[in-house]
Amino acid sequence: MIEFTAPEYLSALPEIFLAAISLVLLMVGVFLGNRSTNMLTWLSVVAMGVAFIMVLAGSHDQSTTFFGMFVSDSFSIFMKCLVLIGAAVTLIMGMGFVKRENMNRFEFPVLILFATLGMLLMISANDLIALYVGLELQSLSLYIVAAFRRDSLRSSEAGLKYFVLGALSSGMLLYGSSMVYGFTGFTGFHEIASAIHNGGGNAHSTTTIGILIGLVFIVAALAFKVSAVPFHMWAPDVYEGAPTPVTAFFAAAPKVAAMALFLRVLLGPFHEMLAQWDQIIVFISIASMVLGAFAAIGQKNIKRLIAYSSIGHIGYAMVGLAAGTPEGIRGVLIYLAIYMVMSLGTFACILAMRRRGQMVEKIDDLAGLSKTNPAIALALAIFMFSMAGIPPLAGFFGKLYVFLAAIEEGMYALAIIGVLTSAVGAYYYIRIVKVMYFDKPVDSFDKPIGAELSTVLLGTGVITLFFFVYPTPVLEGAQAAAALFFP
Amino acid sequence: MIIETIVFYVLAVVTVASGVMVIASRNPVQSVLFLILAFFNSAGLFVLMGAEFLAMILVIVYVGAVAVLFLFVVMMLDINFSELRAGFLQYLPLGAIVGVILLAELILVFATGSIDIHVPEVVTVAMPPAAEVSNTKALGNILYTRYAYLFQGAGFILLVAMVGAIVLTHRRRVEVRRQKIAEQVARDPKAAVVLKDIKSGEEGTWKSD
Repeated sequence: MIEFTAPEYLSALPEIFLAAISLVLLMVGVFLGNRSTNMLTWLSVVAMGVAFIMVLAGSHDQSTTFFGMFVSDSFSIFMKCLVLIGAAVTLIMGMGFVKRENMNRFEFPVLILFATLGMLLMISANDLIALYVGLELQSLSLYIVAAFRRDSLRSSEAGLKYFVLGALSSGMLLYGSSMVYGFTGFTGFHEIASAIHNGGGNAHSTTTIGILIGLVFIVAALAFKVSAVPFHMWAPDVYEGAPTPVTAFFAAAPKVAAMALFLRVLLGPFHEMLAQWDQIIVFISIASMVLGAFAAIGQKNIKRLIAYSSIGHIGYAMVGLAAGTPEGIRGVLIYLAIYMVMSLGTFACILAMRRRGQMVEKIDDLAGLSKTNPAIALALAIFMFSMAGIPPLAGFFGKLYVFLAAIEEGMYALAIIGVLTSAVGAYYYIRIVKVMYFDKPVDSFDKPIGAELSTVLLGTGVITLFFFVYPTPVLEGAQAAAALFFP
Repeated sequence: MIIETIVFYVLAVVTVASGVMVIASRNPVQSVLFLILAFFNSAGLFVLMGAEFLAMILVIVYVGAVAVLFLFVVMMLDINFSELRAGFLQYLPLGAIVGVILLAELILVFATGSIDIHVPEVVTVAMPPAAEVSNTKALGNILYTRYAYLFQGAGFILLVAMVGAIVLTHRRRVEVRRQKIAEQVARDPKAAVVLKDIKSGEEGTWKSD
């Protein structure tokens, strides 16, 4: 018999809470039916808020539970806070849309809650199997919400496309994991790290090569999840086809969680192979920045444009990872936090784009917005300038930290390409501002846009505009989180 | 010992033979039935090797779920298999080339011995020792303790899959008449039966309410 002692569950308290509450909410929904959607959405937001407090109140010291499969540390706290904020804000933002656009079914908030739970599990994964379970829980929920408007052809197409390609990437992840397990004999991150450490030295031994092949597959699968080039092809179609609140969710929370997984895997078990994976990351980073900058230029649909822009942003964040220094990782984390705020704000603007009860998504529809709806125009202009990286807006600081880290590491080429592609990217961001401020006005958008959207717009706008005044909490959190990987 | 050998050969021959029949038989329903036979015999082979848990899983999952699902698909959908098979020969050369290349690669890999996989010690040791506990017991011992976290996580994934299937496909049909048990029970003869006194020989004007 195996001696069994109950593990110390306290470090997994937010996850256990979310898991339990999501089941309760599902039951409530089943019994009350679709009229409970509104209440369930608010309850989900409250649950995420409670989980947020639990995460913040948790200990910053590294602690593992569930036999070392689940880890809680300063990095996981930082990332979980981002994910929970992103998920809760998108739920609030989407309420009006869900009510109007025939998506009023109680499963929606519950599925978002399940996806969020999966993301938290991913961030805290300390084992290859735990990683896979968390990732699948998240992905499966996302496939479903992408296809949530089942009567819309585009939404179904988005869901199906995302599902097929996502299944392919999961296959790659599993294949890579099985290689790593086969050549090291472990699935736990600490054990893999020590196995690589002991087997190191000889870079050409079959063991190292085997682990490396596995690592390449894992990196490819994770690159798919963050939609980095060359695994980005799903992103524009899915972003365009999925219902807008779902797109907003995709652009915020899962991206942050997948990036957290990227950092956790590469800097945890495979930290000693930095010289090997660094080349891949540099390539992914450059390719994403270039494609994000050039492919977005010709886009007419704003959701598609944001999809390409998000590919570019992931490229910039990767610059920090490529540097592989504590400063670089700190840069990545700050970048993710700022990107999430900007992207939430942008999607709040897109959700406000309704004309006579119909959603419109063309960039031309924004023409003359400064005359017809100056507040939204101003907010969108702030977000676009920030995404372009114009000081003193938040987006500038995000880019500043990652490029500085790259320069300190002597990666001048990477930094120069980054700055050049930012300049190209600025063209299409500022084109939106031009359309809003200098083109002839078309019909006004529907007013009022609703209290939820206004609040989100105001909050994200203020953070983007005045980030430089008080950046300390984000900087310190990122600093502590990054320091974890460099003991 | 001799009995074991005989059983092995019987099971193995039936497995291979039914495997051949799966692809050879013209009737798709027969194909699936042969597939089920192959599964059962492989389960027997697993039992012979002492892997009783795998044998059970094979019967429950493959026979119980997958094969029956196949059977459903084959019987419910009207698929013309001979039409599907019509273009088969034209792809044969390409398939053969791919097969030969794969075979050659495998032979090369093993013949040159260039792969010298250093299998770590821990992987090769059965844990716990097979002589002490059975497979099923050993799995049960760790599945709900050491791997409880993954077990619960997998449970959540299955729940999401179920919710997803319902969300994406279930439609509430309005034209169906549903049975309302409460209403049926609440009905009494007074509300349901009307007695009309109709005199014989008279053409009654019967009118329902």
